[in-house]
Amino acid sequence: MGRTLYEKIFDKHLVSSSDDTHLIYIDRHLIHEVTSPQAFEGLKINNRQLWRKESIVAVPDHNVPTISRDEGIKDPVSKIQVDALNENCQTHNLLQFKMSDERQGIVHVIGPEQGLTLPGMTIVCGDSHTSTHGAFGALAIGIGTSEVEHVMATQCLIQKKLKTFKIQVSGKLYPFITAKDLALFIIGKIGTAGGTGHAIEFCGNAVESLTMEGRMTLCNMAIEAGARAGLVAVDQTTIDYLKNKPFTPKEEMWSLAVKEWQTLKSDSDASFDKTININASEIEPQVTWGTSPEMVTGITQAVPKLSDIHSSKQPDFQRALKYMGLVENTPLSNIRVDKVFIGSCTNSRIEDLREAAKFIKGKKVNSSIKLAMVVPGSGIVKKQAESEGLDKIFMESGFEWREPGCSMCLAMNADRLEDGERCASTSNRNFEGRQGKGGRTHLVSPAMAAAAAVHGHFVDIREVN
Amino acid sequence: MDKFVTLKSIAIPLDRSNIDTDAIIPKQFLKSIKRSGFGPNLFDEWRYLDHGEPGMDNSSRPLNYEFVLNKPEFRNASILLVRENFGCGSSREHAPWALLDFGIKVILAVSFADIFYNNCFKNGILPITLSKSHIDELFKVSSNQKLEIEVDLPDQRINFLVNKFFEFEIDEFKKNSLINGLDEISLTLEKTQEIKNFEKSYYDLYQWLK
Ligand code: SF4
Repeated sequence: MGRTLYEKIFDKHLVSSSDDTHLIYIDRHLIHEVTSPQAFEGLKINNRQLWRKESIVAVPDHNVPTISRDEGIKDPVSKIQVDALNENCQTHNLLQFKMSDERQGIVHVIGPEQGLTLPGMTIVCGDSHTSTHGAFGALAIGIGTSEVEHVMATQCLIQKKLKTFKIQVSGKLYPFITAKDLALFIIGKIGTAGGTGHAIEFCGNAVESLTMEGRMTLCNMAIEAGARAGLVAVDQTTIDYLKNKPFTPKEEMWSLAVKEWQTLKSDSDASFDKTININASEIEPQVTWGTSPEMVTGITQAVPKLSDIHSSKQPDFQRALKYMGLVENTPLSNIRVDKVFIGSCTNSRIEDLREAAKFIKGKKVNSSIKLAMVVPGSGIVKKQAESEGLDKIFMESGFEWREPGCSMCLAMNADRLEDGERCASTSNRNFEGRQGKGGRTHLVSPAMAAAAAVHGHFVDIREVN
Repeated sequence: MDKFVTLKSIAIPLDRSNIDTDAIIPKQFLKSIKRSGFGPNLFDEWRYLDHGEPGMDNSSRPLNYEFVLNKPEFRNASILLVRENFGCGSSREHAPWALLDFGIKVILAVSFADIFYNNCFKNGILPITLSKSHIDELFKVSSNQKLEIEVDLPDQRINFLVNKFFEFEIDEFKKNSLINGLDEISLTLEKTQEIKNFEKSYYDLYQWLK
């Protein structure tokens, strides 16, 4: 019988197995400042070596300031972590894109951008959104710090086989409907625990038609559906994207690699543990209204009514509405926002910025908006955007144009919501306090965030465009 | 790592689903480069009435007495009882570190987020999955009285009240690692030769990764 893409990648990395516990080999290890210091410390205490330094790439992203970098990091505690990363990279002689490096950015943006993420690889990072890299037909999993240490010391990870989940999206996404809307729609359908224990493979026409950046947005949010990994099969789009990236194989090696990459798709007779079908034409722009990404609906809809919610979920529903300061049955387009954030590893790539800028051009941020900001995913994205004049479009309309990093996606640096403030955000999590204590997050696509900035409340991008 | 065999404690009923790692330990506390000291900030936003920042003297902060962890009877409890999808969100191991630092050794839930579940074992915490009806029953008991539970890992069961018990499933490898307090890195390093052999044939095949 045929094998799924997940199984193919898993099998080729299998070092040993006992019963259903497997040791798999790891090709690429991405590290950042928050989840690596304790792993380095562990190695040192136990007097262990790094198994394969070349597999590691480091970048500070969570704590870095997004305003001018010239003065360094003001917050002394953030600085300790970034300094610790510098020191560890120096001690072990690791490749690092430092804060001052043009290539610095969010770890999940720079991996693909530099060609450090390749099809068929096993990729780990001490960060849940590692699933992003699955867009390249790689098995990319987020791990905790103990596992970071384990991979550093052994180049392997102890794994159970995941179950496989095929999400087939057929048909076509309508204009203005993005990968973000698709991701949110899927999570709304299957729930935040819908993919638990699974590797999700996204397929079907609508997925094949996505650009690599769209596929990254989709796989990025697989974790929000509870899945350990998201995957998309390799096709010409994947190969075209990777060609001539700084770290991709060159010349003869490129041809060899491409030959193997072309085999990285599920066999037609492969069987999945679970399959669902989604009709792309059903999807409208999505807006979350609650405190979990599954609390989401289309822009033409309203916040659900208590009576529509299953009784077991009613307490969560009520708590979420209270936190969000909303009442049942409120039309989404009536919800006013205070701040707008365009950024994060979900939506901070060049296409995201283009999409938002296209809408913003010649318009002004509504006077009721306290802050609208764009935080590019990397220095390279920023440079590209500036060469296209997007920075000017944003700034002329009243957006702030910042330096790359995680920023207000999780508010570990100075960018955050104040108590009660409401934000249209292109990030991936709307949990309580995620963007600042008491802050209220609505997840949307970049164009929807831009439109909310102009109108001061959520609007249907298809109508105002 | 400490061995885990049996444990007896009162269970803290925290009646919520989808408790994410941001709630377990808010991000401003992730800036430490150590593994310990997170306990006082466990569930910080629910536990205190003010906004917590690293370096504050937690003992002088205003407590939210409504929050279950602040009830005197639960101060020294080691078992946490929750509902579905516990530990969702970020992969940060600071979440199990904070639970452990507070003294939590066992978590009973209908389901856990995958990464969090894994992270627990690496820190000697036992996450136990029980059916929805069993979790419902435990919440029900704990609403009327202090629910004392005895967790028996070798026998894979929890005992409570008089003669009541539930059995639970656990992966053999993980169970064994907990009971013997094994360090997984040492276990894997015993396979050094195998890994080296693997690498040799792997890089022959996939030369562009060398
Ligand atoms: S942008 Fe947000 S989700 Fe992505 S890595 Fe940074 S903090 Fe995590």
